[in-house]
This record gives sequence, structure tokens and C-alpha cells, in this order.
Amino acid sequence: MQRDSAPAGGEPLIQVRDLRISFRLGGDATFDAVKGVSFDIPNDSTVALVGESGSGKSVTALAILGLLPPENSIVDPRSRILYGGRNLVGLSGRAMRDLRGADISMIFQEPMTSLNPVFPVGYQLCEVLKLHRGLGQRAARKRAVELLDEVGIPEPQRRIDAYPSQLSGGQQQRVMIAMAIACEPKLLIADEPTTALDVTIQKQILDLVAELQKRHRMSVLFITHDLAVVGEIADRVVVMREGEIREQGSAKEVFESPRDSYTKALLQCRPALDRRPMRLPVIDDYMGDGRGPRHLDERPRGISPSDPVILDVRKLGKSFHVREGIIGRREFKAVSDVSFALRRGKTLGLVGESGSGKTTVGLTLMRLHEATTGEALFDGRDILSMSEREFMPYKRRIQIIFQNPYASLNPRFTVGQILTEPMLIHGIGDGARQRTDMVFELLGKVGLPDASFYKYPHEFSGGQRQRIAIARCLTLRPDILICDESVSALDVSVQAQVLNLLQDLQDEFRLSYLFISHDLAVVKYISDEVMVMNEGKVVEIADADTIYRHPREPYTQRLLSAIPKGWRGARAGA
Amino acid sequence: MATPSATLPRAAAPREIPHDVSPGLWTLAWRRLSADRVGMVSLAIVVAFVVLMILSGTGLVAKDWAREVGVNYAPPSFVGADVEAGAPAAPAAPAASVSAGDWQSSIVDPLADVIAELKGTKRAAAPGAAPAEGGSVDPLADVMADIRAGKAAETAAPATADVRSATLPFGGDKWGRDVVAKTIKGSETSIFVGIAAALVATALGTLFGAVAGYYGRWVDDAFNWFYSVFNSIPYLLLILAFAAVLQQKGMLTIILILGLTGWTGVFRLIRAEYLKHKSREYVQAADAIGASNARRMFVHIFPNVSHVVLVQLSILVVGFIKAEVILSFLGFGVPVDVVSWGSMLNEAQNELILGKWWQLVAATVAMATLVTAFSLFTDALRDALDPKLKGLKGH
Repeated sequence: MQRDSAPAGGEPLIQVRDLRISFRLGGDATFDAVKGVSFDIPNDSTVALVGESGSGKSVTALAILGLLPPENSIVDPRSRILYGGRNLVGLSGRAMRDLRGADISMIFQEPMTSLNPVFPVGYQLCEVLKLHRGLGQRAARKRAVELLDEVGIPEPQRRIDAYPSQLSGGQQQRVMIAMAIACEPKLLIADEPTTALDVTIQKQILDLVAELQKRHRMSVLFITHDLAVVGEIADRVVVMREGEIREQGSAKEVFESPRDSYTKALLQCRPALDRRPMRLPVIDDYMGDGRGPRHLDERPRGISPSDPVILDVRKLGKSFHVREGIIGRREFKAVSDVSFALRRGKTLGLVGESGSGKTTVGLTLMRLHEATTGEALFDGRDILSMSEREFMPYKRRIQIIFQNPYASLNPRFTVGQILTEPMLIHGIGDGARQRTDMVFELLGKVGLPDASFYKYPHEFSGGQRQRIAIARCLTLRPDILICDESVSALDVSVQAQVLNLLQDLQDEFRLSYLFISHDLAVVKYISDEVMVMNEGKVVEIADADTIYRHPREPYTQRLLSAIPKGWRGARAGA
Repeated sequence: MATPSATLPRAAAPREIPHDVSPGLWTLAWRRLSADRVGMVSLAIVVAFVVLMILSGTGLVAKDWAREVGVNYAPPSFVGADVEAGAPAAPAAPAASVSAGDWQSSIVDPLADVIAELKGTKRAAAPGAAPAEGGSVDPLADVMADIRAGKAAETAAPATADVRSATLPFGGDKWGRDVVAKTIKGSETSIFVGIAAALVATALGTLFGAVAGYYGRWVDDAFNWFYSVFNSIPYLLLILAFAAVLQQKGMLTIILILGLTGWTGVFRLIRAEYLKHKSREYVQAADAIGASNARRMFVHIFPNVSHVVLVQLSILVVGFIKAEVILSFLGFGVPVDVVSWGSMLNEAQNELILGKWWQLVAATVAMATLVTAFSLFTDALRDALDPKLKGLKGH
């Protein structure tokens, strides 16, 4: 797998050779997280380390920084991480500390938790400068303002005294980047720096990292699960899976002619903006016997006026009251004046950035939030003004799948209990035996083994849990399914599987989906109609293809232009 | 939905598929607990005490703890019968409780001569206060004979007819009752009161906390108001007030007192847990499938906070055992005819002046052992139920 890739005339900045890391699991059991990984990080370039959860990509990065928890991780003493002729494996804590921050620095996924909330950002930035550069207070502050300016914080003179909570998520990540480049490191490790951010902010941060890399002539190790993100910025790509490197090479090679079946699968299973196959390819199509993806013919989408409307939402509004001072109250309109029609057997995609009110729409329709104004006609009756008792039969017909499959299943229930309970409450099926039979049928339908019935949620992976959540909704035979960011927390390959499952179920039962997501590519793939929301209001609503090809509103255009285009869009297309 | 699809050839044989029942929370917690050596040892001690309590409660052990098997203040066997003090003395207790015994045994009683003098002045033919050197000459022999005769006439209990031993394994109290049996009987009271009161307090605290945390708004405000008022009264005064209202002394009273005053801590914790859990997605999901409020509160959320309840219960048991001891020591606890560690300590207060330390030691050792073991067990339990907590502590 090793390839000589250092740019002419230089030794690579970092050489990782045969890196092996395992974790103690308690007792004598160990888990091999990284199994003999070798790659180079050349000078002045961006290397993308791509892999899904459990691939060992973050562990590899932490090993380079010497940040692995010493009490339960074992780095094979024969592994080598060479930096400037020195082996970083087994380096003393002190020497490693000097290196960190000065020569190698890191930015993390969650800027909100990486900054200390009780100190102003300027103070934290000055701290780094004083510690590693030995600057005085005055000089450090001056440099901090320069750095904040460089990472694009508006009014750095004023913002330097702001507390982290006073900055937006994107600005916090900019501050983190400022701290990371404060000492002009030779290597910047970015661990999923944009995953927690909105798509437009993601674009800005990616641009910033690319720009800083060029200006400071440093190297960037960019860790991500999303190949599309790195297509625009990476020089080299290393694809990892289950602790091994599946493929590495220049970005051009990996994106244009991937040799490894896993890389091919990763590139294919992410929904593309320009194609819409009947089924998304999944990893299994490429791995194993490798039958290859099937059903790739284009799926027809869109709505026609003759499609019956199942849910007619008119002027929906939801306000929250925020306490202000001792007795003051301020009204905060999370959603106002939202109207749309959901058609039977069709999918309405609901897109927006965080704070746009898209989730509130979903929860209000489920009556998990009380609507302030408006009505929602379900088969001609307004479900929002019904009494709790009247709503019960409708509750069965409208169901929701939440974002976080780890939080939406009761950890103390077995899967059997989780799936039987809704039927019990609504009196579906006669007796325990019939209900159990129905549960087994549903487990088969969502692709889980029968033995799952007796297991607890924590024994399943994220994708499997989301299947359980889907099965729970299906026990009630709903007509409408609200998917609230239902695939956002999943790995790309698992995302494809769940999207295929949702599609199959829609084909089989003519379900109507309200598909809420910030991920425009996913929404494009699954939706017939798309509604864009911003600040609680509907920006634009149109046929899925129309809105992506000819967005009318400037906001929609901005949103669409921020989508990571991957290799094809960014370079081949340009 | 019922459309049989090709992927479902399972109509015939569901349920009978082989499966391993996955370990639930409690199984996993038990596994972690059994790996904890300190936890297991303390659990064994706690279980031993509880078994002892049950045996004593059912009358299998320490049934005749009240039998006066030894001489008054019989010293522990390992100390040996005291031969120095020749003058046996009438006990300082009321005459009704004075019983016949082997007065020939020597008991260390610094007040012996004083009492003898008092007795002597009462009678015309006082033999003087000089303690005799030998056991044979007993200046009070006739006094004792009188008392003995009167007592025998009153109660012809077979126990009193027995020969009393000069020493007991761990000593006797002032009536010559075996301290070990008494401690066991005392532990019955103390542990029972502790556990029962903790159950009452935990049940109240959990119920109030669940309702307040789950419903929020004015319900929460009302409970918080109630809680704050309750908490603003000094604890001992509150107990005294309850004791005054309930009038009668007895085990039930003290259980009620402790239970009704001790729920506040549990309430605060459980309320916070419910506040946290009610907005969790799994509870929203339960709402979405139509689960009622009560179902969400007790079927869905409760199992997820039950470990907190259990740890609180465990902490309260320890606290209430101590509280019972303190109350009984102060005289607000169990009535005089019931023995508890607290009343033993109360008695020991006076005995210490006489140098009779064994009742104090017996009650203290028993209580210290149980309370320490229970506290260690509580820690182990918390670690077993919440392994993340321990992980944080370890760093």
C-alpha cells in the first residue's frame, strides 16, 4: 500500500509506519483499533483520512498527537510515527507537550465543548500564545486580534472579549482554528471539524482551512466520514475501514479511478445531486461476492395535482415564551405562517439550517408541541384543535422517527417490548401471540434477525437502532411518517441502507413522508417536493427537481451552492 | 401491512428460534458488583445482619434475650469473673426489676459500699459499710434473702430459678441479660426501623419527585414550595413535633417520623431526573405512540431512574439506622420495653461510670460494622449501577 508520494525534494513531514493500536476491554480482552497502518503526510499539503465510525481514523490522529488515554490503550512499540527524524511513539510526555500546540495542533468536532465557557475567547487565545510563544500580555493580545481577523471573525477588536456562548457555532469553530494556528504549526489535524455545523457554515470553514493551509504552507490532516467534503480540498486521500487502510493515493486517483471495492462503495452510496437511482448502492453490493449495485435506473419523482392530499397544513405557527427579567416575557416565533400539503404516497422534504424551525413543524404536527396558530387537516379534520381523546386514533396514523437512534429507544426495554407496546396501547392484534408474530414479521421487514426480539437497544449499531425505531412506527400502520433528521446521525453507508428501507416501505405501503433534514443531497434523493425554511418561515416550496435546478429565492441558491460537490463537482466540473 | 412479501417466509416458526436472553441492566450491574471485592464483603455483612434480623424477628434467635442468664453486670468471659470486689450490691435499678441471682459472684461496683451504707441506715441493725474480704461473710445476706423471697413470690419464672453464671461470653447488662442476645434483638429493631423508614421516605420522595418533575409548571411549583417549607424547619424540632402529634411511642411511630421527614433528599434528586428524562427522545417517542402520562412516568421513565432510587434507598437506610440510634439514645425513640442499639447506648451511659463497658462496646461494634458495611456497599452499588461515574473518578 505504501507509495512514494512526497513532493519532489523533500522528506514527508510525518511518516506513519506500521501503526498498531489496541484497547484493553477489561480482563485480558483487547480490541485492535488500528492494525498496521502506514501513510505519509507530505509537506504543504492536505491529507484526508476517510472512514466510517469504528474505522480507527480518529485513534490514528490521536496517536500522532500522543493523546491516547494511557490507561487503556496500547501502542505497539514497533510502530513508528516519524516527525523530523524523531519517533513520536514512546516520546516522553514533556517532549510531546512541547510538540503539541507548537508544531502539531488539532481542532475538534464540537467547538462548543472545546472552548472553556467561563473565559473570554481572547483570554484563551492569549493563553496559548503566552504558553508556547512566550509573548507578554500586550503582544499576545495584539497577535490574538490579528489571528481572529485572519480566521474571519468580524470586529475582532470587540469580539476578543466575547464569551464562547456569545458566538455562533461557526464563529466558535473559527476561534478554535485561530488557537490551533496561533503558533504556526507545521501540521494541523482537523477531526471532523464541520460535521456539527450547518451546510453554509461548513462551506465557509472548509474554505478557511484550505486558505490557511496555502498561506501558512502547513500540512493538514483532515479526518472525516464524508468523502464529498474532502473532494474539494484534499491532495491525498487515505481510506480506512476497521483499522486497516483500504486505499490511499492522490485525490485524483481515489476519486476518478478507485481500485478498492470499499472506496467505490463509499463514493457511490452517498446520494448524488444529479442522479436518483431506484435504490442507492450499499457497501454490500461491492463487498463480498460483489454482485454490484442493482436497480440503478432513474426513479421518477415529483407530484401531480391529481395526487390526493392527506395532510393539509394551513398557517401553522408556534411561539415560545422566553422569560426576560423578573416578570417580563418575550414571544419568540419559532414557526410562523407555514402552509403546505402532503400528498398520499409522496415525500415532502423539509430543508433548513439549524434554528429554521423545521423540527418544530414536525413536533407540532405530532402534537408533541402545542401549536399557537393554524390548522392541520388530516382527512378533512383539524388534528391540532382536537381533544386528546379524539386525537388518539389519529395519533396512530401519524408517526415520527427521531434523529438520534441512541436516544429514542428506551434503554430498559427489550426490542420485543419496544415493538409490542404501541400495539398494546392501541389495541392492535388479538392477544400476545398475534402481536408477537407481527413483531417478528416487522423485524424481517426492516432487516433485523429474529433474535433481536430478546435484545436491548445498546446491543445494536446506530443503523440497526434506526431500523428498530422505524419498525416501532410501522407497528401502528401509519399513513404519515415524519422523519426528523432520521438519517443524519448515521454513517454514509448505513444512511444509504436506511434510505433504501424507507423507500421500500413507501413503495409497499404508500406511506407519506415528511422528511426533515439539513442534508440537501439526502432530501433531493428521497423527496418529491421540497420546502425550504429559514427563520421559521417558508422560503420556497416546489417540485424536488425544479428547486434544485432552478432555485428562485436567493436563500435557496445560497444553500444549494454550499453543498459539498465532491470531486466531480469541484474539479472535474470546474 | 399484512401483505406477505417474499422476504418473509417466517409465518411458521417464530418465537421458538434459539436465542440468548440478553443481560439487562440489573444483570450487568450484578456482574460488576460481584467483581468488586469490597462490595461483596460488605454485602455479605449486610446480608448477615438482615438474616439475623429476620431470625430474631421470627423468634429463632435471641428469643429469650430478656432472660437474666447471668449475674448483674456479668463481665465477659475473656475478662473473667471479678473476684476483687467482695461486696455484692443491690442494683441501682428500681426494685421491681431486681431479681434473684447468684450474689456470691463478685461484681465490680464502685458504688457498692455507698449503697450498702444506704441500705444499712435504713435498717436498724446495720452491719456497717466495711466490705468483707471473703465471699462467705455477707453483711447484706439477710437483706438479700428478703428481696429474694419477695421476688420469688411475685414471679415464679423458671428463668429466675436457674443458676446464673458469673460470666457471659460478652458480658451481661445490669439485669444480667446476655449482651450478645440483646445486641441481636437491638439490631432487629434498629435495622427494621432503618429499612422500613427508608422505604417510606424513598417511596414518598420518588412519587413526589416524579409528579413534580414530570408535570412541571404549577405542580412543580407547589411541590417545591412544600419541600422548601419542610426543609426550612430544623430537623430535630420537626421530629419532636411529629412525635408530639403522634403521641404514642413505638416502632411504628418512629418509622413514620423518619419516613415523613426524610423524603426531601430523594424528592430533589428524582425530580431533577424526571425533568431531564421527560424531554428525552424515548419519552417523546412514547408520547408519539400514545402512551398515557402515568405510563410514561412509571413504565418508561421509572426504570431509567430506578438505579438512583436504589442508591438513595441504600443511603437512607444507613442514615435512618443512625437516626434511630440517636433518637432512642435521646429518649424520643422506641419505648423502654423495646431494646435497640440506641437504648443500649443510653443504658451504657450510666454503666460507664461503673466501669461496665461491654454493653457500649457490643452496641457500638455492631452498629459500626453494619453502618460501615452498608456505606461501602452503597458505594459499590453506585459504581456498579453507574460505571461511567467510576470511570470519571478513576482519572
